[in-house]
Amino acid sequence: MTLPGEAGGTMLQVDGLRSGYGRIPILAGVNVAVAPGEFVGILGHNGMGKSTLLRTLMGYLPATGGRVAFEGRDITKLSPTARARLGIGYVPQGRQIFPALSVAENLRMGCLLSKQDERRTIEGVLESFPRLRRLLDRTGGALSGGEQQLLALARCLCGAPRLMLLDEPTEGIQPSIIDEIIETLQSLSRGGAVTVVLVEQNLKFIAALSQRILIIQKGIITREASPEAVQDPALIAEFVGMAA
Amino acid sequence: MTGWASFAAMVAAGLVVLLGLPLVFDLFGLLQMTVFAAMAVLALSQGFIWGYGGIMSFGQTAFFGLGGYTYAVAVMNMGDSTVPVLLSVLLPTLFAALLGYFMFYGRISDAYIGVITLTVTVILFNVVNSTAGDFYTIGNAPLGGFNGMPSVPPLNVPGDPSSPLDPQQTWYAAMGALLLVYILLRAVLASRFGRVVVAIRENETRAQLLGYDTRLYKLIVFAIGGGIAGLAGCLYANWGSFISPTVFGLATSAQVLIYVLVGGLGTLLGPILGAVGIQYLISVIGAQEMVNANLVLGAVLVVFVLLVPQGLVPVVQGLFRRVPGVRRGQVAEAAPVEVEL
Repeated sequence: MTLPGEAGGTMLQVDGLRSGYGRIPILAGVNVAVAPGEFVGILGHNGMGKSTLLRTLMGYLPATGGRVAFEGRDITKLSPTARARLGIGYVPQGRQIFPALSVAENLRMGCLLSKQDERRTIEGVLESFPRLRRLLDRTGGALSGGEQQLLALARCLCGAPRLMLLDEPTEGIQPSIIDEIIETLQSLSRGGAVTVVLVEQNLKFIAALSQRILIIQKGIITREASPEAVQDPALIAEFVGMAA
Repeated sequence: MTGWASFAAMVAAGLVVLLGLPLVFDLFGLLQMTVFAAMAVLALSQGFIWGYGGIMSFGQTAFFGLGGYTYAVAVMNMGDSTVPVLLSVLLPTLFAALLGYFMFYGRISDAYIGVITLTVTVILFNVVNSTAGDFYTIGNAPLGGFNGMPSVPPLNVPGDPSSPLDPQQTWYAAMGALLLVYILLRAVLASRFGRVVVAIRENETRAQLLGYDTRLYKLIVFAIGGGIAGLAGCLYANWGSFISPTVFGLATSAQVLIYVLVGGLGTLLGPILGAVGIQYLISVIGAQEMVNANLVLGAVLVVFVLLVPQGLVPVVQGLFRRVPGVRRGQVAEAAPVEVEL
């Protein structure tokens, strides 16, 4: 798939990105380039800036320095809504579904940016999420944590994003659904239609999905590793600060 | 579909009330019910923007008063009430849209929206309160300051100022307006727009991330609420042939919030029942001299906030759901909203 952008097709280009909360700097100059169809994992332990990076990429935190370009266009100053409309989907930590709306309504909410007919969009997305099909009439708030995560992912996909930013999708979720999420994301990523930046602490999850893994420490990307390398306990101990 | 069934039942009940009340009530009772209907329209406006739009307006009375004054001034100048009624909806809608533009596009947080709306209604109160004297006359209509505007001409048959409505017809107009507003809001909430509005209340950030311009949606909800409150103000001014700055007052603002809280936030039926119930209570207390009405209202509010925080309608609905065989297991316990009523 060719996309407008820089030579070689960089979908997301992040240069020297800085941001933080109030006077506390969190990101200290992040550089990342993501090619179309790539699945990039970002690994790091708590407080290193993983979620802050995604929040800044989405426009929820203003960048205090640096530049973010999506498909060749500078989006550093755009609002979150404008970024979403350009084709960036974001599934934040804690899922954030609409608890009072039914699963079907949640999915319909996600269809605003889809160019297809609403029913066909949802039908297409449900093929990847068979578990949700049985739950369409349930309210979002009545689903289990894992089901809510599936719903959040499915709803994001309803908007047909070209780039998905996923913030710790496995947090607090039962292992059986983690495997299901891995399978779903693998099949989506295999087609190459969606590019994913995944932030995670779950090593198994990030290694199963990512083509390359970036390690973030104190607000900068310090190292790039292959999925195999993150199985190495020494590397984990040194850069991630957790046991494999 | 249950949504349709409940809608049809509600409209049928509304029609029964509309047509049946004049048969069972005497003139005094009907007049009282007319003002209850007007207050119920105001309650619906508050219930809609707060319960569904998640907009905490402490000053819905600003639009209520504006609608009342617009009607009074316009009808005194024009004679025929047709255009004044439309103006009483239009002007508050535009004012709400303007105020909403600054609040929502200015990214003012929820708490400050409460403060700003409260301030606006207090400002309007003070402005209108200081309009005594001949200087403050719009056309033929003296604003009258604290004393208000007496002898506001009643509604007439549209286009025919020589046929003013009698009290029974005024009841039909007020109750008809309440029913129409209810139907309109049900339609709005059942539409795609309504779904987005509820979603924004649930999680504004999330809705933004799905590409919705939440500021615009909130602005539209606020403007619709303003228009409905304006209509209520028009009905109110028409009911008593009188309007005074107290419509902008804090007591009225608080009263509307109590209607919605007691009846049930996140429902449409709740605010209507809350308005009628509280107004009835006030009129009963007003007829005796033992207890102060505000004291009782305060007590009612405290009791509801502590013991029945969801309000009456959701609690009754919850009881019905527990009856075996009635939609058991279909509805999530966690769902805080009832979109049906």
